[in-house]
Amino acid sequence: MSKTHVTTTVNGDPAEFLVSPRMTLLDALRDELGLTGAKEGCGSGDCGACSVVLDGRLVCSCLVLAAEAEGCRIETIEGMAQGGQLHPLQQKFLEHAALQCGFCTPGLLVASKALLDVNPDPTETEVRYWLAGNLCRCTGYDKIIRAVMDAAAELRQERTAA
Amino acid sequence: MSEVAYLAPSSPEAAAAALARAGAQPLSGGTDLLVQLRAGRSRPDVIVDLKSVPGAIGVREAAGGFVIGAATSGAVLGEHTALVKAWPGIVEGANLIGSTQVQGRASLGGNLCNASPAADGVPALVAARAVCVIVGPNGRREAPVEAIATGPGKTSLAQGEFILEFRLPPRPARASDAYLRLIPRTEMDIAVAGAGVNLVLDAAGAVTEANVALGAVAPTVLLVADAGAALVGGKLDEASLAKMEAAVRAACRPISDKRGTVEYRTRIAGVLARRAALIAYQRAGA
Repeated sequence: MSKTHVTTTVNGDPAEFLVSPRMTLLDALRDELGLTGAKEGCGSGDCGACSVVLDGRLVCSCLVLAAEAEGCRIETIEGMAQGGQLHPLQQKFLEHAALQCGFCTPGLLVASKALLDVNPDPTETEVRYWLAGNLCRCTGYDKIIRAVMDAAAELRQERTAA
Repeated sequence: MSEVAYLAPSSPEAAAAALARAGAQPLSGGTDLLVQLRAGRSRPDVIVDLKSVPGAIGVREAAGGFVIGAATSGAVLGEHTALVKAWPGIVEGANLIGSTQVQGRASLGGNLCNASPAADGVPALVAARAVCVIVGPNGRREAPVEAIATGPGKTSLAQGEFILEFRLPPRPARASDAYLRLIPRTEMDIAVAGAGVNLVLDAAGAVTEANVALGAVAPTVLLVADAGAALVGGKLDEASLAKMEAAVRAACRPISDKRGTVEYRTRIAGVLARRAALIAYQRAGA
């Protein structure tokens, strides 16, 4: 089978890999680059566990062919903590116990960060609609929403202080 | 697994040539195609990614009207302030498709060519009288949006043809549109029925042009001429709205399934069209 050479930037670093035409970006991240933070929950774009940011857009990496990522910037959960320092969203997820089994958590964190990057002061309704494509079968969502709202407040404070 | 090739042609001609090959499948945002690939419902030999074709992505204004690249994502449409102002119904239809993640990829061209009767992106485009610019091995042609889908999963596009862009008519000062769908929850579901209404008003607030299109109540999206005609000349008074609703219900040919019965779909299609008309009228500045 013919393989395509794909050149990308992943979490700020150049990353190249060989892909078969039908390989998804999720499989390339996990199997070619060893970045196993993004999870395959459904493989059909319904659950959001594979969420990554592709050229500034939140997407399901299971719904993108790896070959489509040529020349793209990709941000994954692995790029969220900075040098061992958790991102405020990650810290708040811990504090609010916003995870149980943790399978959905990377996708929820990536999706929540994408929201706060464009909307630092979302209403609870906005958070719930934005995260409607991220399914969690453990928490009942309430703690996740509280953690996101709390992280947003903290990030706003940090910005004001800076 | 059979040999598959991935191509990303960078000109319309190259894309048409690639799609003319046997077993070629166009790829736009991929939010339907990748699911179908995985399920084995689509088994292409060649996947032709249309997003590198110039004009396939982006929104521009030309000859007084907007031109929407067929592969433009819903997220990009939603952020285009001028498009949202002129055609809020088209954008709200596109933005109802799937989650935030799906919005980052899903396109109107893909939504139309996937040819689901319940495609949320299509009724408002039809009501807008949008025209598809179709590129194929024999050059370009144009066709109204409602001429593309011929039944569930089927289109009138010939082998090698693809939709490059949608051309919208010039927008008069007092004109607007709206799209409403019914789902049993608040988000992330497929329409039980949908209605797109596009209105043009005169200075006095009377309707001079009206188009009504319905989703999920027939094998394809319907443009209901009688429903539009019922609104013309008036100011959405009760008599004209009732006449429009009756025309909508008369046009419905739905199926009964787990989402709704024939009777329910027919009933609510009228309700949705009425409410969408009232929203479009208000938006038009009446």
